[in-house]
Amino acid sequence: MRLSKSWIIASKDFAIFRKKRNILYSILIVPLLVSVLFPAVVAFAGRNGGRGIPAAQLPVLLPAFAFFYLILAGFIPTSIASYSIVGEKVEKCLEPLLATPTTDGEILLGKGISAFLPPIVAILGGSAVFMVLMDLVTRGTLGYAFFPNWNAGIVLFLMVPLAAIMSVEWNVIISSRVSDVRVAMQLGALVVLPLGGIYVGGELNLIPLGDTSNLLIIGAILLVVDLLLLYVARATFRREEILTKWK
Amino acid sequence: MIDAKDLTRTFGNVTAVDRVTFHVEAGEVFGFLGPNGAGKTTTVRMLCCLISKTSGEARIADYVVGNEKDSLKIRKMIGLVPDNVGLYDELSAYENLDFYGKLYECSESQRRENIQRFLTMLGLWEKRDVAAGTFSKGMRQKLAIARALVHDPQVLFMDEPTANLDPESAKTVRDFILDLKKQKRTIFLNTHNLDEAQRICDKIGILNTKLMAIGTPEALEGAVSGRMTVVQLERATDSVLSALKELPLGNIAVAGNRLTIEVTNPEKENAAIVDAIVQAGGHIQSVVVEGSTLEDAYLKLVRASK
Repeated sequence: MRLSKSWIIASKDFAIFRKKRNILYSILIVPLLVSVLFPAVVAFAGRNGGRGIPAAQLPVLLPAFAFFYLILAGFIPTSIASYSIVGEKVEKCLEPLLATPTTDGEILLGKGISAFLPPIVAILGGSAVFMVLMDLVTRGTLGYAFFPNWNAGIVLFLMVPLAAIMSVEWNVIISSRVSDVRVAMQLGALVVLPLGGIYVGGELNLIPLGDTSNLLIIGAILLVVDLLLLYVARATFRREEILTKWK
Repeated sequence: MIDAKDLTRTFGNVTAVDRVTFHVEAGEVFGFLGPNGAGKTTTVRMLCCLISKTSGEARIADYVVGNEKDSLKIRKMIGLVPDNVGLYDELSAYENLDFYGKLYECSESQRRENIQRFLTMLGLWEKRDVAAGTFSKGMRQKLAIARALVHDPQVLFMDEPTANLDPESAKTVRDFILDLKKQKRTIFLNTHNLDEAQRICDKIGILNTKLMAIGTPEALEGAVSGRMTVVQLERATDSVLSALKELPLGNIAVAGNRLTIEVTNPEKENAAIVDAIVQAGGHIQSVVVEGSTLEDAYLKLVRASK
């Protein structure tokens, strides 16, 4: 496996994303919006309700907010992966690419990098804004800066990448059965459902997301799912399959 | 350069390519003629190591098709113009070619030189910075050909390169293939276009799942019986007819002063016919070869295979 070949493929996709503004916006806007919106909600609740969100509730609420980035990590790569794989399939760009001296693994990795890196950068950037703003609006109530903390680190640097990988792999699998970018995006977005369920559980304090061991368990499950999906994605993304069986 | 022996590919119960055997010399233009679904694209995909063969053998140069280690080497030494051009519409012509040049491991200077050379040859250099998505069909086809050549491959596979092009664009592409032929590149050309095959190819294979015939265009034409040499004389005298009957020719039909002579190899036999008539004191007004063409041969073989 030559990483340089994968990087060439990913770089080409990056060049296309820069020219396709709608893809660029879909990567940047949501993380930034969420990063500003959540602190704004907390600040607004503090002003209009008189008392604001009680200090005792903030340690439950804030990790759940941070966990929302996990959902974004599952959702945002969908638009890119569906474009870069289904889009290329529809536009018949895959055959000349497959005719080059690159292995299936190198192409898959290249496509994976191009669908993984931009969302990760946007999410990490957005989360940095989120943490700074959230600390600004909650410091007075809590008496200390809630972020950064170890749990946020686990979510952002372990679970978010794992969720993004899961999303990319899921989209590769879907790409073999779908021949429309919009359908691929819709089916690809299904990956966020279990993550959304965990988020809601966190908000309801059914799954305490401030608990490090819970986060590590969810992270371990994500890792196992990633490995399983990788196996299926690799079996799906083969020259022979793409040219003879992909619809 | 390209060898296939009993090359076969099945998809479930359907045999797409059935025990196909052929040899293409280095520097030769080999045309694969056949109707839709004849297995032309499947054959090219097998030779380009894009799909596996079910049975049989194939080699490109010294590399074995189907051998995993050789597959990358084969793909590096060949260029493919698929039936669907598949360009990146958002990227410029130059960026499209540069991307493929990188994947083919060409150095930066080699890429720059080849991109300029082929875009210039195909009349696209002035449009190098224009997005491929804005190109006409003919320009896109030319760009796909340049893409297949960006790494200077020894063997070029072209799948219907002039299909759906207007006559002018098709001519440009054909002329370019003839230029490549002069450079002694080995070209494997899938086509429906009999005229194109006849004009460009050194050797032609007629495929309809099985390889029905293979040979030079002239040999294929000759392989179908029914070629006639029609001689219009000033006067068809007995001495002329006697002289012709002494030659090893087929049936001779006389209608007034018009002789219709069955021939098998008109290129050789016509000289003897003309010679015999002149020796016998006959005066020739015209000599025309009628009968089977490559189209006749193609249609006869394809119909016979059904």
